[in-house]
Order: sequence, then structure tokens, then C-alpha cells
Amino acid sequence: MTFPFTAIVGQDEMLTAIIAAAIEPKLSGVLIFGDRGTGKSTAVRALAALLPDIDAVEHCAFHCDPADLTTLCADCRTRLAAGHLPTIKTRIPVVDLPLGATEDRVVGALNLERALADGSKVFEPGLLARAHRGFLYIDEVNLLEDHIVDLLLDVAASGENVVEREGLSLRHPARFVLIGSGNPEEGELRPQLLDRFGLCVDVKTPTDISTRVEVVRRRDAYDTDPQKFTTLYAASNAALRNKILAARQMLPLITVSDGILALGAQLCLALGTDGLRGELTLLRAARALAAYEAAPAVTESHLRQMAAPALRHRLRRDPLDDSLATTRVDRAVADLFAPA
Amino acid sequence: MSPFDPSWSESIPHEAGSFPDAILAGALLAIDPTLTGIWLRAWPGPSRDDYLNNLAALFPAGTKTKKLPLSVTDDRLLGGLDLAATLAAGRPIHNAGLLAEAEHHILHIAMAERLSPQHAGKILGRLDHGAALTLIALDEGLPDEAPPKSLTARLAFTVEILPAGPWPEVQTILLARKNLAAIHAPAHAIDHLCALSLALGVNSARAEIFALRAARASAAFAGRDSIEPPDIELAAKLVLLPRATRLPAPPEEPQPPAPQAESAEDNGPREQKLEDSVTEAALANLPPELLAALAAASAPSRKTGGGGTQGKSAAPTRGRPAGARPGPLAAGARLAVLETLRAAAPWQPLRSRAEGQKIAIRKDDFRIKKFKQNPRAIAIFAVDASGSSALNRLAEAKGAIQHLLADCYIRRDEVALIAFRGTAAEVLLPPTHALARAKKTLSALPGGGPTPLAAGIDAARSLADAERRAGKLPLLVVLTDGGANISRDGAQSRPAAAADALAAARACRAENFSALVVDTAPRPQKFVRNLAAEMGAKYLALPYADPKRLSRAVQAEGASHAGHH
Repeated sequence: MTFPFTAIVGQDEMLTAIIAAAIEPKLSGVLIFGDRGTGKSTAVRALAALLPDIDAVEHCAFHCDPADLTTLCADCRTRLAAGHLPTIKTRIPVVDLPLGATEDRVVGALNLERALADGSKVFEPGLLARAHRGFLYIDEVNLLEDHIVDLLLDVAASGENVVEREGLSLRHPARFVLIGSGNPEEGELRPQLLDRFGLCVDVKTPTDISTRVEVVRRRDAYDTDPQKFTTLYAASNAALRNKILAARQMLPLITVSDGILALGAQLCLALGTDGLRGELTLLRAARALAAYEAAPAVTESHLRQMAAPALRHRLRRDPLDDSLATTRVDRAVADLFAPA
Repeated sequence: MSPFDPSWSESIPHEAGSFPDAILAGALLAIDPTLTGIWLRAWPGPSRDDYLNNLAALFPAGTKTKKLPLSVTDDRLLGGLDLAATLAAGRPIHNAGLLAEAEHHILHIAMAERLSPQHAGKILGRLDHGAALTLIALDEGLPDEAPPKSLTARLAFTVEILPAGPWPEVQTILLARKNLAAIHAPAHAIDHLCALSLALGVNSARAEIFALRAARASAAFAGRDSIEPPDIELAAKLVLLPRATRLPAPPEEPQPPAPQAESAEDNGPREQKLEDSVTEAALANLPPELLAALAAASAPSRKTGGGGTQGKSAAPTRGRPAGARPGPLAAGARLAVLETLRAAAPWQPLRSRAEGQKIAIRKDDFRIKKFKQNPRAIAIFAVDASGSSALNRLAEAKGAIQHLLADCYIRRDEVALIAFRGTAAEVLLPPTHALARAKKTLSALPGGGPTPLAAGIDAARSLADAERRAGKLPLLVVLTDGGANISRDGAQSRPAAAADALAAARACRAENFSALVVDTAPRPQKFVRNLAAEMGAKYLALPYADPKRLSRAVQAEGASHAGHH
């Protein structure tokens, strides 16, 4: 039983970013910065519970997608050549990567049990394998140890986990939406890792009392009777699920005018973001938002809404100043865009 | 019914006020274990033992107390293959792991202040997935040590003072536990708790939910069927107050003087902007990567003279475990059993074995535990904020520190900030990675008063010492104009103050810290140079920023800002 996504109070920017990442996996992830206890992990788990089951190859350690033959793992390809791939429905994986997870657990390792029992060399899939086609959630991502970050950087960029250890030599697909959360006061994130997250949002504890009361009230109602509470939100959850699915269908059909492209480029130029990833991400995010709102084309308002989450972590920044990124994006948006 | 009736204690509602807070926290936890736990700040001893035993007695029969030692390994914590049993039995035998075994029992986290965020993460991961754990974090830390915040945020209560009984009767607790679900939480109770939490600057919905649960448990404990004001008061006292980041503003004053700058930073004034840009522009022309050079000079390989036995071994054999690598079992190396077996396993069918030998291990299979002893550096800044220094070049010293902070950022070091003025030194910023906070603290640093240089150096030394014990590599940076005029005993005497400062410097040298002394006087001072020499520190006279260059830099800054508009 999971807290329903639509029962989460406030935190609109975070929820929009997470939904956008669910609509457009190419956004490759969301980084959520903020205080503890603001519902970050609740939102991630709730979204996964909201999304429909996926088709997967039966008995495949990586739950390969039978509809996408290009990303099949070696095992599935062999099975496909020999016959056909039986398909099952499975939940979208949400895998926690705990701080202090060992390399073995993340990458996968030799299955010790099998090796000791019959001497066979069997790969024991790690967290990256389990997260394939789902979400990899890292709480306190800024405290993650460097050697694990290195692993992630490579896999997140290539979509593939290459294992070369203990006499094992194999590769398997590992495409996942990376969700990280943390409190920047407690440690900085390496710029390379920042870059892997398409979107970055700041969450704050709401400061108005009615929102806070509503948060506690709903949580309390859920804790008291989860079944009843979940039923209460079943309809709105289903509506949101359908909206996300429709948006995924629509996504390739959304048009982007030259004017919007130019505006996005101007914005990135004005902010001095490094490379083209900022522009690309901004565009993808705006397109995902347009699809979510069932708009036929990306408009200025979509661009405006996604500018901060897509760009605020890409500014070349003054290491001693952590407060200004959002303000700078807002200012650039205000300068370039016609008043809303 | 008379008090002599055995069921008397069960039927009379308990008044919460008749127990001390620490005992109430324990009682509420026993009534509602989803409150998760207690952060117990107390040193071991009979009173802590009493407290823990009495607390355990409140839980239902059969509840056991388990202990999580700091040295727990992953396979034992999270479960996995039990190697010893597997080898003995010749078939795989699993162990469930301590966290799984501890469900529905009480788990003591020993020396929680030394728990790494990584270990805490694993425990919290289980909690996140709904594990029914009751955690008591036994924190024996000094005032500036604490368990990872991620852990303490999940423990509803904080207990520091351990009272002697009496404790409530276990029947009362069990009865309350049974009634808990039926307790009504009226809307105004939730409103009230949230208003309190907001007023106290508690930034976490989790805390508010804990407070509500605590209030409900309190009502159950008192035998009420609905949350009432005493329950709210108790919940606020036990859950919200320890998490307060500010005191409620008195209603009359529109502009409270914000006594704790550190916590009220969200709505803090931003008017230091001007001063900031001046200090930034004043960035004295310090040699680049000064700290990096210092750190390199003090890397563990540094010859310490004498005791050269360890000099030869390239790989540290102590420190944080950091995986394993193939290698010979040389003296001092520690065998990584699991990894060795893992390396040997695939070859077992091929290898010949002696009679009765279950596993054949060859030399090539040996895996040696690798330890990480490459400590993170921490730069400890001791800043002379005295009147003479303020008069001289405090602003420029601030600029210099900011320059060095940027250096730290690149190298991902921690920083700490100590200021000395008046009669004492004060740790303004405990060790942190948050350089933005360091900068904020620094800009707010006022100047004035006499110069207790010895106290400043002593404070830096004791902090450096503590950090070194925590496995970090401290770098001391002392910024002073050398005008010491307060001796260690607080007396106002220049000669005594100077002698004390030199003695403090020698004490630093004895500890072999790497240090940098920056002379902020208008002209380089011989005394400061001597001080650096006594400290074994690098000496650096803060070069004067050319005023013309300074103003040009300020103008350039202004222009670039204008360009953004």
C-alpha cells in the first residue's frame, strides 16, 4: 500500500517535474533538493505505484521490453533466436540505492551461492539491473560515495551496465529514470552528476498553516486506515494515470515552432549554460509539459514553467553562492519573455 | 475500589504530569512504536542502563533488545549468505540480517554519534519500506558531535536527562496500546500542532506527524478517547521543541531581533550584499591553490622523523573498509574472506582437493581488504576579529578567506570557522561542507575588542585535534595582525599575551598540524613571522590589494551585473 500520488499536498514544481520525467524518460531524471520530511520519497514511491504495469520478458533478470528488440539483453536475444519470448506483466521497478551500497550490490556480482554449490559462474544482478525500465531512487544523493557515483555516471549516460569482474564478462541494458534527493547544506554534488539529472527542483516546507495542516491531516488519515484513504483517491489517481499515458502517446506529435526554439536558445545563451544539454533538456521538458496539458504545440508558457527546473543546476556558478540560481533563471525569463 | 486493589493502577487514568519527560517519551514510544525511537544523549552508566531496562519492560512480553555495534558488516546487517555455516554444512545457509531480526524488537544503536551516514542509510532504507523497528540511538557524543541527521530526523524523541523512576505500569501501557487506534484527533488539535510547529520553525512534515502520533499516544495513556490540550502540550514539548530552529516571535514586535542567525537564514536580511562584493573584490592576491599545496605537504606519506616502520607499507591497513583487491597475504594485510571465497568458488569443480577438504583455495584467490585512509581535509580558519584587526584589514582578511574557501570548494574540503576577539575564541561555524554558510557567517562577522590570540590558536588546535581523531586531515589557517594583548588567563597584558600565543603556537607544532599564518597587519610583523615559525607554519603577509585595482574590480563587477539586466 502506497500513499496516493494525488493526495500529496502542494509541492507543485516537484510533482510537475516528476510527472514530466515519467512522460519523457529521455529527461533522464529529477534531482530534488530540500529539507527532510517534505515528501520527496513519498512522491517518488507514489508515482511508481500510480503508473501501469509494464510488459516484460518472463524469467529475464533485467525485465527486458519484448516490444523493443534493440535493447534486449544477450540472454533474451538467444532465446528470441531459438523461438519466441514469453511476456508477463510486471510492476514498474522503483529501486532504492542506499548510501553505502557496495559496488557488488550496485553493479551485480558473481552469485556466490551457485558458485559454491555447483561451481557454476552465474551473474547475480545488482541494483542497476533491477532498476532497468523503472526508477532508481537515491536519497541523500549528495552523500553518495565517489566510487559509486562514478559507476552511476557511466551507466546513466550509456544506458548499459558493463560488468567485467571476477571472471564475469557481460553487459546488460540499464535504462532508468534517476531520482535523487538531498539537502545541499550537507554536501555538494559533483557537476558531472548534476548534469545527469535532467530536472532539478527545490522543495521547501510550506510556510502557510493551512497547507501544513492538510499535509498532517491526510497523512494521519492514511496511517489510520490506508485502505479507506487509498480508495478515496482511487479515481483521481486513475485520471492522472490516464493523463500521463495519453501524454506519452501524444509526445511525438507535439510541434515546436522555430520561434520557441530560438527563445529556448536565447534563454540558455543569456544564462551561459554549458553545452547544449541545457537547451535540449529545456525543450524536452517543455514538450512533456505540453503533452501533459494536451496542448498541440509547445508554447512560451511551457518554456517559462520548465525553465527553472531544466536550467537552474546548469549555470556556471559561484561556489560560494547557492541561493541565486533560481533567481538568475527567473530574471532571464522575465527579460526575454513577454509578460505572462 | 481502594488503592490496595491490585487492578487499581489499571483503572485510574494516568496524569501525564506525574512523570518526567524522558519517561513519558519512553511510555509514548511503547504505546505507539511507529514513533520509531529515541535519540538518547547520555553516557553509559547505571542511570542509562536503568532507563533502557525500564523502557524495555514497557513493551509487550517477548520483546527483545538487540544491539547494533558500529563494526557491523553489511552481510550481518542486511543479511546474506552465512559463510561459516555454509562451509560447515556444505550447502548454502542464509542469515536474515540484524535489521530483519530486530523487527518488532528494540534495537540499540551503540555509539550512534560515530555512525556514518552510509550505515544510517541502510537502516533508514528498511524503515522506509515499512520495517517495524524501534531504535534507540545511544549517543555518547560531545556537544558538537551527533548522529547523522537523517537518522535523528526519524526518531520522534530526544532524551538528555535521565530521571530516576517511577515508571508507569506496563498494564497501563498495554491498555493504551490497545486503545490507540480509537483515539479521536479533532481538527483543532491538528491545527494547533501545526501552528506550534510553524512558530518554532520546524521544517518537516514528519515532525508534525510524529507530534500528532505522540499526542494520540498521550491521550491513550491518560485514558482519554480524544486528543486534548494536555496531550498537545506534551507532544509539542517532546517532539517539536527539540526540533525548534527559532523561538516563537513575541506577537507585539514586528521585527524580532532573530537571535539565531544560523537557523533564521531563510528570511534573514540580504543587505550584506554590498559588503560581500567589496570583500570579494578585495580578494587579496593570494598564491593559487595555497591550501592544496599545504595539504600535499601534510599528506600521510610525510616523513615524521623516527618511527619509520610504517613508512614502507604503501597500503593502509586501517581506516574505512573500501573493498578488496587481489594480493599476497603479506604481514599486516587483512584477508577479505568473502571476496577470497568468491574468487575461489568458480574453480572448485576443477581443483583437486585433499581428503575431507571442502574448499580448495590457491594463493591467487587471496583478496586483501582495502582500507580508505585518504582522509578528507578540513580547513580550520582562525580569524582575528579584534579591534586592531578590524581597523587594519578585516574586510580584506575576509576576502582572503573567501578566496581560500573557493579553493576548498574545488577540493571538496570541509571548512570550520573560529573567530577570536574580546576575551575568548568562538567556533562560529562547526565543520561543514556548506561553503555558502561559511560565507554567510563570515560576512556577518563583526570586528572589535582586544586580541586573545593564544585563545584563538588553542581553539583551532583543539578543533583540529578532534577532527584528526575523526579521521580527517586538518589544515590550520590563522589570520592575525599579531596584536595579541589578552593572555590565556584573560588578563590584559601584551608581553604575557605574546608569550602565551607563542606557547600555543608551539603546542600546535607538537601536534604536527599543517598550518598557514596570514599576516593581516598593514606592514608585515616580525611577531607574526615568529609565530608562524614556532607553529611550524607557512607564513604569508597578506599582500596589499592595490586600491586602483580594487576599484576597477568593483566597477567590472558592477558592469557584469548590469549586463545581465
